[in-house]
Amino acid sequence: MIPAPRPAAMTMLDKIWAQHSILERADGQTLLYVDTHLIHDGYAPAFEFLQARQLRPRSPKQTFGTPDHYVPTDGRIVERIASAERRDMVQSLVENSNDYGITLFELADRRQGIVHVIGPEQGISQPGMTIVCADSHTSTHGALGALAFGVGMTQATQVLATQTLWQRKPKSMRIFVEGELGFGVTAKDVILAIIRKIGPAGAVGHVIEYAGSAIRSLSMEGRLTVCNMSIEAGARAGMIAPDETTFAYVRGRNYAPPEGDAWDRAVERWSKIASDADAVFDREVTLDAGDIAPMVTWGTSLEDVAPIDGHVPDPDGAATAERREGMSKALAYMGLSPGTALSEIRVDRVFIGSCTNGRIEDLRSAAAVVKGRSVHPGVEAWVVPGSGLVKEQAESEGLDLIFRQAGFQWRDAGCSLCLGTNGETVAAGERCASTSNRNFVGRQGRGARTHLMSPSMAAAAAVTGRLADVRQLQLGE
Amino acid sequence: MESFETFRAPALPFAGINVDTDQILPARFLSKPRSGGFGQYLFHDLRFDETGAERSGFVLNQPAFRNTRILVGEENFACGSSRENAVWAIADYGYRVVVASSFGDIFFSNSLKNGLLPVVLPAEATTALIAALSREPGATIEVDLEAQRLTGPDGVTHSFDIDPFSKHCLLKGIDELDYTLSQMDKVDEFERRRAESEG
Repeated sequence: MIPAPRPAAMTMLDKIWAQHSILERADGQTLLYVDTHLIHDGYAPAFEFLQARQLRPRSPKQTFGTPDHYVPTDGRIVERIASAERRDMVQSLVENSNDYGITLFELADRRQGIVHVIGPEQGISQPGMTIVCADSHTSTHGALGALAFGVGMTQATQVLATQTLWQRKPKSMRIFVEGELGFGVTAKDVILAIIRKIGPAGAVGHVIEYAGSAIRSLSMEGRLTVCNMSIEAGARAGMIAPDETTFAYVRGRNYAPPEGDAWDRAVERWSKIASDADAVFDREVTLDAGDIAPMVTWGTSLEDVAPIDGHVPDPDGAATAERREGMSKALAYMGLSPGTALSEIRVDRVFIGSCTNGRIEDLRSAAAVVKGRSVHPGVEAWVVPGSGLVKEQAESEGLDLIFRQAGFQWRDAGCSLCLGTNGETVAAGERCASTSNRNFVGRQGRGARTHLMSPSMAAAAAVTGRLADVRQLQLGE
Repeated sequence: MESFETFRAPALPFAGINVDTDQILPARFLSKPRSGGFGQYLFHDLRFDETGAERSGFVLNQPAFRNTRILVGEENFACGSSRENAVWAIADYGYRVVVASSFGDIFFSNSLKNGLLPVVLPAEATTALIAALSREPGATIEVDLEAQRLTGPDGVTHSFDIDPFSKHCLLKGIDELDYTLSQMDKVDEFERRRAESEG
């Protein structure tokens, strides 16, 4: 007897893709339905395009906005933004959102924050959704089991006008992190170790699904951190299958399905989108969680990363001439010499925040290191919560006091020192321990030197005045 | 959008892997109005020092490369931020083609939407092109989009891939949004079907 044909095994990407395909063009591009469009204060050009074409947003109810890139973190009044250009960016978002009926968490609203922090926080980002935003770190929301990716302004304009996007289906890649993370090792170290292994172009053309026991045991905050930096490995998006951790996180949030039937049906639907057990991926990579140490970057590309107990590498040891040149340039910019112990590198600034590490758990882990200690003399250390609600939560737990008493500045929510578009920057030549996602030349300000690390590692840098192995501070507790 | 025909122009050798969009267009220029043109900010901090003076060592400041219209980069060109302003900077400066062995994903699609043709060639080809252009500043490259063929200064030809729809849009100078707007009945239908199934 001929067995009945069995449906082909599907990856989570396959399933979400199929559920959102409206039509396919002969050339293989798919018109993909966008469930949720997150917008921010960089959207002025998109609204200008829309208006020039005499179009209006098609689905304002599926669009949510918040100002984050251009807002000050020492005040909540738009009119007081000193730079006219930046003020215009924020005002454009306010005016367009009001005109079109788009939900906006404006600067004075306690729910305002970084778009990739408030999407999950408000329950706007949900499993199984397609989510886009004109920001490369939109991959963050994939932590909830969504297909979420960044787009350009022209594509954002199309999403505003049509709620759709033309896309060629990416390839699939699964990265397993198996085993248990060592003492003092966090989600940030996991993603830095992944990029170290596969390289900053290692996932170009792919969507990464993170799997394995170490990923499963991460909190939702940790998963958001990992997915956030997928783009730094060149990936289109990152995702993690929804599970009990996901459901517990989403449940009860403002925009989550209400308790009762609606919630039960949603969970039932969400439970089916994980990759089938026998699904085949285009590529698979495995890391042993036990091999991962607290990581820091020493250069100006994400591949310039090493365990904190290591040294600044020697370009002469590079595998290729191109890499040797790249490393030499990076070291010249960073003002570092080969062979220097990473833990001997002094810092001038510390930034704890960003869409990578501006969540409550991040602040808790930093505060645990800071508690009872003081910011090293000569170091300027900032905590910039990812949202107004993160800030409130931290204050209710007394974390702000720990930071303030140690000598940190306790600021309002925004992108701030991650990329400095709001005017808050690191001065030329200054060295910053940063929990953000990019260590590119000039990223935090012209001539600024960025070392990426986890929140607890940044806290250790703040109190010791140098890149430090947080495990040594934690052991002393 | 200007239509793209066979294009021959002097080319810029831009060596280095992982050239990120923060280098192409520093973040502090993102709030500048589109109308002013972003070409003036292209590679700003590489082109100009802190006083605003040109850095003579930078490739684009060398007289033979100032008027190049094709840019040849290497692996993972324009990685990083999704800022479309990086494409605007390159296009506004006058470039019509960017060649690399791989691109930042969002930059690649942003380019196509702005009439800037991103061409992916094998790494050996981009290395050879950069070497040839450096040896002979001002040398030209020819790009025939219809035939999907690029010819280097040494006369060596390389074929490249492009998806047919983007090719059509570039050749005709038309924009994808018009086409999508013509398909909105299918979007309505999709939403109706989905509302029923979730009802």
